[in-house]
Amino acid sequence: MAPVLQSSQPWVEKYRPKQVKDVAHQEEVVRVLTNTLETANCPHMLFYGPPGTGKTTTALAIAHQLFGPELYKSRVLELNASDDRGINVVRTKIKDFAAVAVGSNNRQGGYPCPSFKIIILDEADSMTEDAQNALRRTMETYSKVTRFFFICNYISRIIEPLASRCAKFRFKPLSEEVMTNRILHICNEEGLNLGGEALSTLSSISQGDLRRAITYLQSAARLFGSTITSTDLLDVSGVVPLEVVKRLFTACKSGDFDIANKEVDDIVAEGYPASQIINQLFDIVVEAGDDITDKQKAQICKCLAETDKRLVDGADEYLQLLDVASNTIRALSEMAQDF
Amino acid sequence: MLWVDKYRPKSLDKVVVHEDIAQNLKKLVTEQDCPHLLFYGPSGSGKKTLIVALLKQIYGASAEKVKVENRAWKIDAGSRTLDLELTILSSTNHVELTPSDAGFQDRYIVQEIIKEMAKNRPIDTKGKKGYKVLVLNEVDKLSREAQHSLRRTMEKYSSSCRLILCCNSSSKVTEAIKSRCLNVRINAPSKEEIVKVLEFIAKKESLQLPQGFAARIAEKSNRSLRRAILSLETCRVQNYPFTDNQVISPMDWEEYVAEIATDMMREQSPKSLFQVRGKVYELLVNCIPPEVIMKRLLHELLKKLDSELKLEVCHWAAYYEHRMRLGQKAIFHIEAFVAKFMSIYKNFLISTFG
Ligand SMILES: Nc1ncnc2c1ncn2[C@@H]1O[C@H](COP(=O)(O)OP(=O)(O)OP(=O)(O)O)[C@@H](O)[C@H]1O
Ligand SMILES: Nc1ncnc2c1ncn2[C@@H]1O[C@H](COP(=O)(O)OP(=O)(O)OP(=O)(O)O)[C@@H](O)[C@H]1O
Ligand SMILES: [Mg+2]
Ligand SMILES: [Mg+2]
Repeated sequence: MAPVLQSSQPWVEKYRPKQVKDVAHQEEVVRVLTNTLETANCPHMLFYGPPGTGKTTTALAIAHQLFGPELYKSRVLELNASDDRGINVVRTKIKDFAAVAVGSNNRQGGYPCPSFKIIILDEADSMTEDAQNALRRTMETYSKVTRFFFICNYISRIIEPLASRCAKFRFKPLSEEVMTNRILHICNEEGLNLGGEALSTLSSISQGDLRRAITYLQSAARLFGSTITSTDLLDVSGVVPLEVVKRLFTACKSGDFDIANKEVDDIVAEGYPASQIINQLFDIVVEAGDDITDKQKAQICKCLAETDKRLVDGADEYLQLLDVASNTIRALSEMAQDF
Repeated sequence: MLWVDKYRPKSLDKVVVHEDIAQNLKKLVTEQDCPHLLFYGPSGSGKKTLIVALLKQIYGASAEKVKVENRAWKIDAGSRTLDLELTILSSTNHVELTPSDAGFQDRYIVQEIIKEMAKNRPIDTKGKKGYKVLVLNEVDKLSREAQHSLRRTMEKYSSSCRLILCCNSSSKVTEAIKSRCLNVRINAPSKEEIVKVLEFIAKKESLQLPQGFAARIAEKSNRSLRRAILSLETCRVQNYPFTDNQVISPMDWEEYVAEIATDMMREQSPKSLFQVRGKVYELLVNCIPPEVIMKRLLHELLKKLDSELKLEVCHWAAYYEHRMRLGQKAIFHIEAFVAKFMSIYKNFLISTFG
């Protein structure tokens, strides 16, 4: 490997795989695309899944591998939510791009260069429904000469007629093992020392999101030097310590509202995200022993679900946590559940 | 100049609290490849102070030469042209703005400015191409569309433009954005740390600061450093030399909310509801954010209630604040909460005392 160049790009970009075969953990899509490289043909594609699992990486890699640097500009149109994608853009920009004819299949400079163009619509879930509808026609009209790659986090926001025209690939959160391999590779390149415990901590705090893992790793490397421990990683990741959530739960168990209120005050002052507290509280409740009945667990979980939705709607974190605390107190002391 | 501004530490080495975070930030920007950053934490905890000091660390004194301007944009949004205007702060190498001020149009502003900034990259002292920094305030108030549209942009322009995002509530920032940043939590300083800052300021101002008094200010500040410093300055004007038990007056609006709570406890009737409505309206007109009113009102009510009622009242406060978020007119939802409270409390009084 060539010496690492001083780069002004964060590691996540520096270590973005350039080739489809280097995309980890998404075997299905890699298989289909490898095939594409041989046959120089592929269907429209829809990639969906949580952040940091390789969707954008894969789309960019295949486009580059198909056309190479010279043809890339004329054959690939990359649009994302930052470019305005109202109906108008779909009608004009995409049409203009799709309409210009391309020559027949001829390999150039070692690249397959198939006779179609690729339009990558990243973050397609933020396109308006009208714009998506307008795309249906375009896709059909130019289906011989274009392939669409839709990329999104939430497949439910893509209208059915579009989704059904594509081969769909779900990008899975990366497994601990795959994540570990990729991290080790980067450690190698950067000359970092990461023990087994630190490795597994890193995988577990990033929850299948490799981008997050890489960011944590880079930050820890800057802060703590080339030997990184598990504590260092927890430090940069800002995960909520388990004790904090346990204390809240214990306070609720005591049945004393004022004590629970105090815990909520502290959590908010410490700046811990309510959404994360709720996730962790959920784990504690579900795994709790026999001193809590299934019915009580169900009651608490019901409230957690409601709160999760409200937080997504933008409700106030403090009031929501207080509501969780008060509901939990009521469930645990078997008070009536409804007001 | 107010003390909060006068004694805002100017560099990462001079901070009085969050020293460890400041040192870490310093190391983080030693190389040119630092990731995007997301600062989050409660109000008055010191986020902005750290961000400003960090900019100085990266760019030196030039980061302090900030100019304020009202920028107007003409944005070509397909079929029509949008005229947008926003206040921005900028120095040679950074731009700071609060995009949520542009309401639903926030995403256009964010896009335009990033593209603009990416066009001319600064060259650092060693002749390397550096990056510019875009500071976005209140990203928790950014529309979903604006947050979505940041996703790819943050990656695409990452070599020429670094984002520093700042917000109170990180639950409101989408996972996709959080995944693209190093998340930096700025907790509210502890009471002891607040006392330390107060003592620091007192020393600079050559004031005698009795220990008990400083502790009381810290206690009443609700762990907001800004609040504590403002209190200290107000007290200085009201009465000096300080005494251990001198009055620390609450803010006007807080007293007003306390009054509303008393009204609600005293009489539960349509007439009383009408009066309370007037007072809440008064607060809103004076730009006290509705969720702040709701929280303070709950706080005051909880002080006066029996424990069984507390649970129920909390539940409804959370319920109506959420509805307020979805609705458009805050006053409706605060009033609904007040009415709900009155009904609960009246029932309680009847069942207890007949
Ligand atoms: N499957 C993977 N194999 C190798 N690297 C990956 C993989 N997934 C993510 N990464 C790393 O994480 C970074 C971000 O990945 P990518 O941009 O592809 O995510 P994404 O799935 O498009 O996420 P988002 O939904 O947030 O846009 C890449 O630059 C790369 O370093
Ligand atoms: N590290 C510090 N050391 C000493 N004083 C500080 C420190 N951080 C902040 N302060 C003081 O506290 C005041 C409030 O801090 P700051 O404006 O940074 O808060 P903030 O977190 O941005 O709040 P908000 O979320 O309300 O905007 C500052 O004006 C400054 O006087
Ligand atoms: Mg992506
Ligand atoms: Mg601020």
